[in-house]
Amino acid sequence: MTDVALKAATAPSAGTGTWAMLAASRNWLGAWFMLPAAAFLILFLAYPLALGIWISFTDARIGQSGTFIGLENYEWLADDSVFWLSVFNTLLYTSVASAVKFAIGLYLALLLNENMPFKALVRAVVLIPFIVPTVLSAIAFWWLFDAQFSIISWSLRHLGLISGNIDFLGNPWNARWSVIFANIWRGIPFVAITLLAGLQTVPPSLYEAATIDGANRWQIFRHITYPMLTPIIAIVMTFSVLFTFTDFQLIWVLTKGGPVNATQLMATLSYQRAILGSHLGEGAAISSAMIPFLLGAILISWFGLQRRKWQQGESND
Amino acid sequence: MTELAADPKLSATKLAPGDHAEGMSYLETLPRRLVTLYLPLGIILIVLLFPFYWMTLTAIKPDAQLLDLEKFNPFWTTAPTLRHIVKLLFESAYPQWLWNTMLVAVVATTLSIIASVLAAYAIVRLRFRGANWVGGAIFLAYLVPPSILFIPLSSVVFQYGLFDTPFALILTYPTILIPFSTWLLMGYFKAIPYELEECALIDGASRWQILTRIIVPLAVPGLISAFIFCFTLCWNEFIYALTFISSTQNKTVPVAIVNEFVDGDIYRWGSLMAGALCGSLPLVILYAFFVEHYVAAMTGAVKE
Repeated sequence: MTDVALKAATAPSAGTGTWAMLAASRNWLGAWFMLPAAAFLILFLAYPLALGIWISFTDARIGQSGTFIGLENYEWLADDSVFWLSVFNTLLYTSVASAVKFAIGLYLALLLNENMPFKALVRAVVLIPFIVPTVLSAIAFWWLFDAQFSIISWSLRHLGLISGNIDFLGNPWNARWSVIFANIWRGIPFVAITLLAGLQTVPPSLYEAATIDGANRWQIFRHITYPMLTPIIAIVMTFSVLFTFTDFQLIWVLTKGGPVNATQLMATLSYQRAILGSHLGEGAAISSAMIPFLLGAILISWFGLQRRKWQQGESND
Repeated sequence: MTELAADPKLSATKLAPGDHAEGMSYLETLPRRLVTLYLPLGIILIVLLFPFYWMTLTAIKPDAQLLDLEKFNPFWTTAPTLRHIVKLLFESAYPQWLWNTMLVAVVATTLSIIASVLAAYAIVRLRFRGANWVGGAIFLAYLVPPSILFIPLSSVVFQYGLFDTPFALILTYPTILIPFSTWLLMGYFKAIPYELEECALIDGASRWQILTRIIVPLAVPGLISAFIFCFTLCWNEFIYALTFISSTQNKTVPVAIVNEFVDGDIYRWGSLMAGALCGSLPLVILYAFFVEHYVAAMTGAVKE
C-alpha cells in the first residue's frame, strides 16, 4: 500500500499501466538500477565460483567437460606431497609477509604522521610501489636477485660481508625469503597509507589529555592510538592476508614455483595443474581448497569490526 | 667512569619532556628527531624506491656497462643510451601491447563505473527491499580473489566464444572493479544531503534525472577516484590476461613482457627493464596528477 502512495507522490505526471508501475515502484526501480552490476557479478563471479566447485568434483580437462567423480580429486591431493608443500609455502608466505607488512607498515604510518618538511611529497612517494603493476616491479626484483649480476651481491661483496655471489632464487630457502621480501616491499605502502588515514582520524585532544596525565609515548600508543586504530587494522590486514594468500603474479615472474617447488603457492600450483597440465578438475580442487582459509580471514575481520562497534558504542555504520 | 655512567641518565632526563610531547613536536630537539624520524624514514624510502632507480638505470645503460660490474661503477652510468627504449618502441610489438592494455583498461573501467553508479545509488538512496543485503553481498564479492576464479572463468570464457579476444578481459575485469567502486561510491553518495533529492522530487524530477543532474555532478571527486583506481587495477591484472589470451598481438603489457621478452639472451635485461619502465610510466604520471584522489580511493574503500 505504501508503494502505491509513494508512486503517486514520486511520479505524479506518469501515466498508468505496467510501464508506469515499473518506472516508479521503489523495488522495481532498485532492480533496474542494480541490473548491470548484478549481471556482471552473477555471470562472471557467482556462476564461475559455483562452477569452480563443481569442476573440482569432476575429471574435466581442457576442451572436455568431465564426469562427476566425487571426492577423487581431493583424495588424490591429500596424498600428494607437492600439494602439502604448497600449503606449507602459502601459510609461511602469508604469515611472515603479513606480520612484517603490518609491523613496518604501522611504523611507517606513525613516522608519516609526524610533522616534517615536504610531508605531502614524502607521502605521495611512499605509494609508488603500489601504483606500479606488480609484474613490472617483480621484473625489477628478478634482475636485483640475478644469480650473476645481482647488485645486492655486488654491494655485500664490496663491503666485505660475503665472498661469493648469493644465489637468491636458486636455493630453496633463499628463494622463499626473496619472494617474501618482494611481497613485503610491494605491500607496505598500502598498509602504511591506509593506517595513516586511520591515524589522522584520532582526535589530537586525546593525545593532549594523555600527555597532561603524564602518559609516556608507549602508553599513548598502547592505550590511545592502537585501540582507535583497531577497526581499520582489522580491515587492512584482512585485505593484506587475502591478497598475499592468493598471490600469483609475483611468484610467477620470479620463480614460477621453483626451485623444486620451494616457492610453489596454492595459486601457482593450481595454474600449473589446470592450465599448463590441462587437469582442470585437479586445479579447481586446489583453488577450492583455498576457500576455507579465505572464509577464516573474513570471519576474523568481521569479529574485529564487531569489537570496534562495541567499543565505540555505535549501533550501526 | 661515574661520569660516563651518569651521562646517559642525564641525557635521558633531559630528553624526558620530549617523551611526553606527542602532538607537540616543536618541543623535540633536532638530533632526536634525526634519529627517531628522519633516519628510519630515509632508510625505508630508499628501500622502497631503489628498485625503480635500478629499473631506470638499467633501461638507459649500454649493454657493455650493464654486465661488467668491475670496470664500471654499477650505481651510475657514464654513457646513457636510449637504444633499449627505441628498440622497444619501434622494433617490437610493444606499442600494440600498450594499446591493448589501454583499451581494455579504459573500456572495462568505464563499464564498471556506469554499473557501479547505478548500483550504489540504488543501494544507498532507493533503499529497495533487501538493499542492505545486496550491499553486503557486494562487499563479499570484493573479497573473492581472481586466483580462485580463473579456472572456471576460463571455461566460461571459452563457452561464450570470447577466448583470445579483448572482450574476455573487458567482461571479466568488471568483476574485480564493480565491487570496489560500488563500495567506494556508496560512501560518497551517503554524504550527499537528502534535502537536495527531496527538492528535486517535489519539482517533478524522475529518479533518473536526480541521478544524472544532482547526484553524479556532486560525486565527481568520487568518480575520479574510482576511475583512476580501477584503471590501475586493470593495468595490474595478470592472471586473467595470462589465462584468457594466447596470441601475441592480443596480449597486455604485463603478460607480454613476461612471455615474449624472456629468452635465453644474456643481453635481455636492458630491453626488459625498458619494457617495465614504459609500462609503469603512464600509471605513475596519472598518479602524480591525482595523488589525492588516489589516496581517497584507497582509504575510502577500506574505511566503510
